[in-house]
Amino acid sequence: MIELRNVHKSFGPKHVLRGVDLTIAKGKSMVIIGGSGTGKSVTLKCVLGLIQPDLGEVTVDGQDVTKLRQGSRERDAFLARFGMLFQGGALFDSLHVWENVAFRLLRGSLKKSKSDAREIAIEKLRRVGLTPDVADLFPAELSGGMQKRVGLARAIAAEPEVIFFDEPTTGLDPIMSGVINDLIREIVVEMGATAMTITHDMTSVRAIADDVAMLHGGTVRWTGPVSQMDTSGDAHVTQFISGSAEGPIETVR
Amino acid sequence: MSFLAAIGRIVLSLFAAIGRVALFGFETISHLFRPPYYPREIGVALMQIGYFSLPVVGLTTIFTGGALALQIYAGGARFSAEAVVPQIVAIGMVRELGPVLVGLMIAARVTSSIAAEIATMKVTEQIDALVTLSTNPMKYLTLPRVLAATLVMPVLVAVGNIIGIMGGYLVGTGRLGFNAGTYLRNTIDFLEPSDIATSLAKGAVFGFLAALMGCYYGMQSGRGAQGVGRATKSAVVVASVLILAANFILTELFFAA
Repeated sequence: MIELRNVHKSFGPKHVLRGVDLTIAKGKSMVIIGGSGTGKSVTLKCVLGLIQPDLGEVTVDGQDVTKLRQGSRERDAFLARFGMLFQGGALFDSLHVWENVAFRLLRGSLKKSKSDAREIAIEKLRRVGLTPDVADLFPAELSGGMQKRVGLARAIAAEPEVIFFDEPTTGLDPIMSGVINDLIREIVVEMGATAMTITHDMTSVRAIADDVAMLHGGTVRWTGPVSQMDTSGDAHVTQFISGSAEGPIETVR
Repeated sequence: MSFLAAIGRIVLSLFAAIGRVALFGFETISHLFRPPYYPREIGVALMQIGYFSLPVVGLTTIFTGGALALQIYAGGARFSAEAVVPQIVAIGMVRELGPVLVGLMIAARVTSSIAAEIATMKVTEQIDALVTLSTNPMKYLTLPRVLAATLVMPVLVAVGNIIGIMGGYLVGTGRLGFNAGTYLRNTIDFLEPSDIATSLAKGAVFGFLAALMGCYYGMQSGRGAQGVGRATKSAVVVASVLILAANFILTELFFAA
């Protein structure tokens, strides 16, 4: 279970998070929606400890994330339970595709032999719909959709308990978006993992989410099961879902 | 008053920057004593920084050695001291020009590429990705580059010294009428082992500074293409200035009477 309590974060004079409270139950798929610049990415990075919150508490299964020291063994063990799909893929362009996917398996506490790691990498690539011959290409030789798939394969390579998806469909065509959404749903269900996704793609939300939280003005505006999203009665949520220019959310930002 | 405040701000931010760089340097060195290590990364860095810099080092020093011989001959002729060309070329190359020129070429070639590479990795979230994959970017990116540069620079400086002296030799024997055997004997007789030791020590320090600045500014990079450009520029400028300043300090330390 992931819990955020009263999380604040500012960058200089800009208050991005102003007391975020959010609970993500084990094995559930939580999707965070909200406009650009409302702090969705910052929230996610606070959970991973990539950003230290100014105030508040972030706990994963009761363990306080903010107390883990950079580079300590506890933090490495903590991070080993997570997988993350980055917005732009964030693949290492000096490494082959399979070395990217097997990155965690080639070094550190989860180190396996090179041939085993490669075998797992190819199996994960197949799982996300890529053929074994892409394994020896470099990330720059792949299309955007393929890079996303490789990023997804890397995120699930070490069988994580929690997977984060940062705008998984941004920059993809509608069909590829659909494919990625289905893949995410399948993988999360099949692995029984807890998932936390940030997106502003409503198709994505309906495909992936068990629960939805809307971030606005640095706090969680509304949260609930995806089935209640359309009847939430919250003007912000309704405006966001319908993509209307009319409503309480300012369109000049 | 606001004028004084502005000066104060500049001085404070300067000290803050020095502090940050120093902490970054200490952290890098501390990883030398804390596993895990990434031998493959160190190997790649050794190739990139050392082996592939050889052409640039050779070209820079051979021309400088030749020009040095011409200058000393022309200058020495004013008081009938043309004969000292071999000795002065040797001293000039080994003590000063070898390490400094190689250092500056490494700042241009290696610091820039390290800064641009790491800055791009930062901008495209690859550094964050490393962290989420339980890999410390300081260990995986910074230490191998800094270590490789520190180890390989003395070798590059030695090669540069030899090629620079050879440049002087070629000009001396080909253009200025020196006897080949005498030129070489004068060079070898005149150089002290301590000249060579200090030359190589300078090289190691310059290599450390060049790679450290590349990594530091890369890691500090702001967003987007502009951020990468700024990081690269700052890294090369600061590395070059630091190399020249360190050269002065080391020369003072080694050679002051």
